[in-house]
Amino acid sequence: MKPLPTPTALASIEAITDALASCGYISTPAISTAIYLAYHLRKPVLVEGPAGVGKTDLAQSLARALSFPLARLQCYEGLDETKALYEWKYGKQLLYTQILKEKIHDLIEKADSLEESLDKLGGFRDIFFSREFLEPRPLLRAMEQSGGSVLLIDEIDKSDEEFEALLLEILSDYQITIPEIGTISAQVPPLVILTSNNVRELGDALKRRCLHLHIGFPEPERERRIVRARVPGISDELLVQLVAFVQRTRNEKIRKLPSISETVDWARTLVLLHADTLDPKMVQETLGVLLKRQGDISEVAGHVEQLVVEALADAAEVV
Amino acid sequence: MERALTSFVRALRAAGARVSTAEAIDAARTVALVGYGDRNVLKNALGITLAKTEGEKGIHDALFELYFNRQSETEPQDKQGRSAEESSGENDATEGEDEDGLDYDVDKLMALAQAGGGAAAAAMERAAAAAQVENIRFATQASYYARRMLKALGIERMEQQIVQLLEAHSAEGEAQARRMIEAQSRLQKMARQLVDQHFEVYGRRATETFQNEVIAGRSIDDLDMYDMERVKAVVARLAKRLADRHARRRRLKDRGKLDVRKTIRASAGYDGVPFDVFWKVKKRDRPKIVAVCDVSGSVARYVRFLLMLLYALNERVADLRSFAFSSHLADVGDMLEQQDLEPAMNSILRTVGGGSTDYGQALLDLSENFTDAVDRRTTVLILGDGRSNHSNPRLDLFRDMADQAKRVIWLCPEPPGLWGSGDSILPQYRPFCASVTHCATISDIEKAIDDILLAYD
Repeated sequence: MKPLPTPTALASIEAITDALASCGYISTPAISTAIYLAYHLRKPVLVEGPAGVGKTDLAQSLARALSFPLARLQCYEGLDETKALYEWKYGKQLLYTQILKEKIHDLIEKADSLEESLDKLGGFRDIFFSREFLEPRPLLRAMEQSGGSVLLIDEIDKSDEEFEALLLEILSDYQITIPEIGTISAQVPPLVILTSNNVRELGDALKRRCLHLHIGFPEPERERRIVRARVPGISDELLVQLVAFVQRTRNEKIRKLPSISETVDWARTLVLLHADTLDPKMVQETLGVLLKRQGDISEVAGHVEQLVVEALADAAEVV
Repeated sequence: MERALTSFVRALRAAGARVSTAEAIDAARTVALVGYGDRNVLKNALGITLAKTEGEKGIHDALFELYFNRQSETEPQDKQGRSAEESSGENDATEGEDEDGLDYDVDKLMALAQAGGGAAAAAMERAAAAAQVENIRFATQASYYARRMLKALGIERMEQQIVQLLEAHSAEGEAQARRMIEAQSRLQKMARQLVDQHFEVYGRRATETFQNEVIAGRSIDDLDMYDMERVKAVVARLAKRLADRHARRRRLKDRGKLDVRKTIRASAGYDGVPFDVFWKVKKRDRPKIVAVCDVSGSVARYVRFLLMLLYALNERVADLRSFAFSSHLADVGDMLEQQDLEPAMNSILRTVGGGSTDYGQALLDLSENFTDAVDRRTTVLILGDGRSNHSNPRLDLFRDMADQAKRVIWLCPEPPGLWGSGDSILPQYRPFCASVTHCATISDIEKAIDDILLAYD
C-alpha cells in the first residue's frame, strides 16, 4: 500500500461535514468524526440505526463528495464468496481446455517418450487458474481501485455467519487470499462502510475490527436542514410545521416510527399537493406516506387534529 | 494523560463494556489524532472507537462525563498543589517524598488537613492510586478503601501520637490531641469523598451487573415486587440473549438431495458440464409455542415471569399463543398483546382466576374451543403444579394433544419431591411430555425456552 496524499475533503472533521453538505448530506459531528477516524485509522465503520435514517446514503454521498468510485455489496442470506469476492470464468476456462486439447499435439509433437511430453507439459505456464479467468466481484473490485474507493457493504446483518468470517481478512488487512493465485492486497485501502439494521447480533470478531457509529432519528434542527436540502420547493412555514409534526409522531405509541426518508417523502407529497401550511384534513389523507403499518395509521388517525395543533404550537416557538 | 486513558479503559471494563487491548490501542491512536483539546470531539471519537453496541455507547457517554470531569478537576489542581508545596519552604519536602508523595509525617498531615484545597486533593489522588481504589466494586467497600488511603498517607503515626498525648493527661497535650483528631476526621472525610467518586466511576455498574445475576438466579418465590423494574431489565436482557442465540441460521447447504432441475439448468452455460451443483434445501419450522398456564394461587407469580419472557421474545417467536386457566380455560393472547404486563395479568386473573383448578376441564376447553391451536409444528408449554383437586385428569385428551404437537414441555414450580403427593397428578401426565422440569428461578425459565427453541434450530 503506497500512501496517497490525504484528500482535502478528509483533512479535518469540519472539512468532511462541508464536503458531505455539498452533496446534500447533512452530517452530525458524530458522523463526521467517524468518517475522519475511519480514514486516518484505516478502519471500517459499522453504521447501525433504524431503517431510513441515511445509513446507505452516507456511503453514497461520501463517494460523491470524494469523487471516489463506489463499490456496493448488498448482503442477503446465502451470499457467498463467488458473488462477493471473485468467480472463475468457467465458460472461458472450458474453451481454454478445448483449445489446449487441439493444440497439445503440436506443442509436444517432438517428444519421443511419455516422460519427455510430461516434462514439456510441466514447462507451460498454468493459465487455467490465473488472473485472466478471474471475474472480480464488488469486494475485489474495490481492492483494485488505484485512486481510492468507497466500499459499501449493505445490511451485513442479513448475511450468514460464514460470510462475516470471510470479511475479516478484507476488513483488517485490506487483502484477499485466493488459494489458486495468492494474496491480492489493496493498492489503496478503500473507505469501508458497513450498515446493519440489527436483524441479528453481529459476531464479536467483526465488531472488533470496526468503528461503531449509531445514527438515530434526527433532532428537529437537523431534520429541517435535511428536508430543505432534499425538497427545495418547500415553503419555510410548511417545513417547520411538518418537521414538528413528525417529531411529535415519533413519541406516539406506534410500531414503525417514521424515519427521515418518510419525512422527505411526505414533504414531497405535500409540496405536490401545493400545501403551504399543515392542515388536519390533508394530513389525514396523506398519513399513509408517513406511516407504513395499518395499525399505526389508525392509531395516529384518531387524534390527528390534536397532533397538528401541538405541532403548530411547536412550530410557532421555532419561528 | 496516557495514564488517564488506560484507567478510563479500565473503568469501562469495570462497567461491563468489553474493551479489548486492540481497542485500547485504537483509542490511543484516536487520541493522538484528535487530541484532548475539544471535549465533544474527544467524546464522539472515543465513543466511536471504544463502544461496540448501543448499550456500551450509553455506558461510555455516562462514564466519559463522570471520568473526565474528575480529571479536569484534579489535573490543574495537581499542578497548583505541587507549586504550593514547593513554594512553602516550611514543609521542606525532599525530592524523594515528592515523587511517591506519601507516608507523610504528622506535621505535614496536619498542614494538609488545615490547608485543604489543591495540595490536599493532589495528595489524596496519589494516596488513592497507592491504595488501588479503582478496584472498588461495591458501595460497602468504601470505608475499607478510605482506610487504606489514610494508611498510605501515614495516618497511623498520627493516631499513635494522639493516643500518647491523651495518655499523658496534660491540658496542653489534650488540646493538641483534639486538634489532631479534628485534622484526622477532616482527612477521613476527604478520603471518603474521593472513594465515593471512584465508586461512581468504577464500581456502580459492576454492582448492578452482579445484582442482575443474583436476580436471575433467585427463587421466584423470594423475588420482591419492589424489584420489578430491575426484574424487567433482567428479563429483557435474557430475552435478547435467547433471541441472539437462536437467530443464527445454520445453512443446510451442500447436503441432502440433489436438485436435478436446477443443476441441469445451470450447466447449460458450461456446455452441459455440471459446474454448479444445487441441493434441495430442507425447510425448517418457525418456532410456534402454545403456552398453557395455570393461574391458580401460588403458580400465578411464576406465570407472570414466564409470560414476561415469552412476550419479550417476540422478535424470535412470532407465532405465540397463550391460554390461562384455573377452573376453565381462556385465550389470553389479546390481553397480553394489547396491554402492559401488569394490567394484563390483572385482567387475566379477573377472567379465569379464582376458581378451583381443574386440569381435565382446561384440556377439554382447549381441544373443543381452540382446535386449531396445536399442530405438528407446535410446542406446548405447560406451566402448572399439576394439582387438580381430584377431578378427572382426562389423560385421553392429554395424549391426543401430545400426539398432535411437536413436543409437550411441562414446567412445575414445585420441587420434584412433591410431584405426585396429595392431589398432584403430574406423574400421570409425565409419560406424554418430552420433558418435565422444576422451575424455581428466572434462569430455569430461560433454560426451558432455550431448550424449546433449540428443537427448531
